[in-house]
Amino acid sequence: MALTGIQIFKLLPKTNCKECGVPTCLAFAMNLASGKAELDSCPYVSDEAREKLAEASAPPIRPVKLGKGVRQTTTGGETVLYRHEKTFFNPTILAGTVASDIAAADLEQKLKIYNAFQYERVGLNLRPELLVVKDAGAGADAFAATAKCIAETSEFNLVLMTEDLDVMKAGIAAAGFKRPLLYAATEANVDDMGALAKENDLPLAVKADSIDALMPLTEKLTGMGLKDLVIDSGAREIKQALEDQVGIRRAALKAGNKALGFPTITFPCEMASNLDMETVIAAMFVAKYGGIVVMSDFAAESLFPLLLERLNIFTDPQRPMTVTEGIFEIGNPDENSPVVVTTNFALTYFIVSGEIEGSKVPCWLLIKDSEGLSVLTAWAAGKFGGDDVGMFVKKCGIMDKVKHTELIIPGYAAAIAGDVEEELPGWTITVGPREAAHLPAFLKTK
Amino acid sequence: MGFELTKESYAGGIKAVTIGKGDNALTIGGQTCYPFYQFEGEMPGKPIIAMEIWDMEPEEWPAAAMAPFKDVLGDPVAWAKKCIDDFGAQLIVLQLKSIDPNDKDRSPEDAAALVKKVVDAIDVPLIVWGCASPAKDEDVLKAVAEACQGENLILGPVEEKNHKGIGAAAMGYGHAIISSSPIDVNLAKQVNILLENLGIPLDKVLVDPTTGGLGYGLEYTYSVMERLSMAAMAQGDDKLQNPMINNLANEVWKCKEVKQTAEEAPELGDPERRGILMEAVGAVSYFMAGSDIMIMRHPEAIKLAKAFVDLICD
Ligand code: B12
Ligand code: SF4
Repeated sequence: MALTGIQIFKLLPKTNCKECGVPTCLAFAMNLASGKAELDSCPYVSDEAREKLAEASAPPIRPVKLGKGVRQTTTGGETVLYRHEKTFFNPTILAGTVASDIAAADLEQKLKIYNAFQYERVGLNLRPELLVVKDAGAGADAFAATAKCIAETSEFNLVLMTEDLDVMKAGIAAAGFKRPLLYAATEANVDDMGALAKENDLPLAVKADSIDALMPLTEKLTGMGLKDLVIDSGAREIKQALEDQVGIRRAALKAGNKALGFPTITFPCEMASNLDMETVIAAMFVAKYGGIVVMSDFAAESLFPLLLERLNIFTDPQRPMTVTEGIFEIGNPDENSPVVVTTNFALTYFIVSGEIEGSKVPCWLLIKDSEGLSVLTAWAAGKFGGDDVGMFVKKCGIMDKVKHTELIIPGYAAAIAGDVEEELPGWTITVGPREAAHLPAFLKTK
Repeated sequence: MGFELTKESYAGGIKAVTIGKGDNALTIGGQTCYPFYQFEGEMPGKPIIAMEIWDMEPEEWPAAAMAPFKDVLGDPVAWAKKCIDDFGAQLIVLQLKSIDPNDKDRSPEDAAALVKKVVDAIDVPLIVWGCASPAKDEDVLKAVAEACQGENLILGPVEEKNHKGIGAAAMGYGHAIISSSPIDVNLAKQVNILLENLGIPLDKVLVDPTTGGLGYGLEYTYSVMERLSMAAMAQGDDKLQNPMINNLANEVWKCKEVKQTAEEAPELGDPERRGILMEAVGAVSYFMAGSDIMIMRHPEAIKLAKAFVDLICD
């Protein structure tokens, strides 16, 4: 539970030394309570107070850091049930599975293929982040060798999946440096697995066969001092799995249930018999609260739709993704190159600039601030009208860069052509195609 | 202490809307809980997939979408029958693409005659979807309503601009309608209120929240659907308790990544499966947001979406 300003004030030094930037400790406490200040701004809080404050301000669902390196991620840390209430913070992590007995050459080949599954979109790199090394009963050495190869030769982070303590130890020895998730502590091995995770300071997944059975296990583990837990309610049937995901999320956010305040791990790979069906089940978990989604395999056709869905669901609904207003040079344009205008919605920019690049026709792309709205939306909302587009073209400085006087506007904005013309006397306003996909052919005729 | 699920307290449910007639009628909606949350309410009917057919041969569909229908693409009646006989469609959507005034501009009379032919040839309910040009849709859907009197079709999209004409015709000739607004709770409510003022009972109305494609605005539609469900059920707003419909196929199959060939985009994998899975994943996302009718295209995507619905409902 969050503390009030007065409760926080009681934990501060009360010297009013002003180093935090406000005149009194009380003022600072008030700012902390309302989220306007960071505790670190006061150099004098005692460790004890710091711990109390951290505990009290701990998020209802623990953010758990997984892995190391460029594909390091965090799961959990969510604060709402519905994305429109604020936003979802940490995108569902996508994991593939590798059996511990895979032949070295096959693994190398597989990693090469998996590594290529990366997609640029709206300035982001979309890609999966985890591989599960699944104990296939081939012994500790095979398990360690597979984990080591993935950890050392790929960017992927790992889940070490075995309930055998010795096998897990071997896996940790080989790949522990990459902060793998250990899967899993169960009722049968909870003490030993807990100790192992603690000793190596690694995140630990907890598996039970119901939410009911899960709670005593997480309580025991937090009692041992473990914080970074990931939970699996054991449901492998879709209907129950959805109920559990919703139940866990609500318990943490609405009922303050600390025993369930952790991200979840889910297994479409154990819920379907083919990758297509796994993919649609994974789609459910991306929307409804899966922290980690484990697939049996990765294929471009199944990953790409899930990555798009994830991008959409985890976009901040309060701030459309935008690019800055201005002139973008695509492919070294010169004074005769076409001038194209569109809005500053990141998706629109991404699509249009991609098509222009693909056309190999160097262009000046003018991005007009339209508050992050797409062409039609911006036009309908009055943020991409003829007057403002014309004014913007005048002011942005493009006239010093080109000798010609032709402006290409989006096909969907054909209605503004007349007004732009009025604002830009002497210019020819050319209405481009509606879909950006037709831009290359169009530009080539220029 | 055992775990007890924190339940949502609902103040209302979604109206049940019946479409089609006689033995072939279908009831849509009627749920008293958020999508698939059967642990705290009822979902009497499963969400339904409507298979789309076009009134003209599509010119820009990717090969993967054309292949299953290649022998019927120019013949809406045969196309509809194929959807029902070969792919088990429970519901057909006839997309009136050819009436677009900026394109083929087919006349209301011709369009109505075609709809009549299709309706007479099939034994499942029919949705008739206009071209989203409000004035033309009004002319055409009025003619369709009259030509198909008593069939209990679903006519849409109906917007603020054309609600009077289409609404009156639907009422007069016995059809249900789709109330449409651009991704906005207040606008959705406004159109429904206008329809009600006209005398249309809201249990003859489906809501089209406007559908964004996967990777192309899905998140906006997704959230507005969740907000509509909350308004309807948690807040009990009786002006928004309508089943929702998503015109999904159109959005998914027009995007660039679905059209790219294996040569153009080797990193995206097999073009056919890619399109199928993009449609199926889009469908599941919208089912999770509360969709009651999903308009879909590819038989394989439909199979997957249907398998998902069956698994999660039963
Ligand atoms: C998502 C969405 C929204 C989101 C906003 C998303 C955003 N950031 O823009 C929200 C929910 C906020 C929204 C709001 C509104 N929306 Co809206 N929205 C949509 C939706 C579903 C998708 C838009 C989108 O993201 N497209 C993707 C982007 C990439 O498309 P784009 O920018 O147009 O770019 C494409 C082309 O234009 C082209 N292109 C782009 N630039 C250039 C440049 C050149 C030179 C060329 C050649 C081509 C080109 O390339 C791209 C790909 O082909 C559409 C309907 C639909 N399915 O398309 C309605 C739609 C655009 N919205 C509409 C409306 C009316 C509105 C509102 C005014 C409703 C209202 N009264 O409140 C508001 C206005 C916003 C406001 N006041 O803040 C209408 C517009 C109707 C019209 N014809 O004028 C639409 C068409 C829905 C409809 N059928 O009624 N909307
Ligand atoms: S820095 Fe710390 S001790 Fe000094 S005024 Fe601020 S809160 Fe008080």
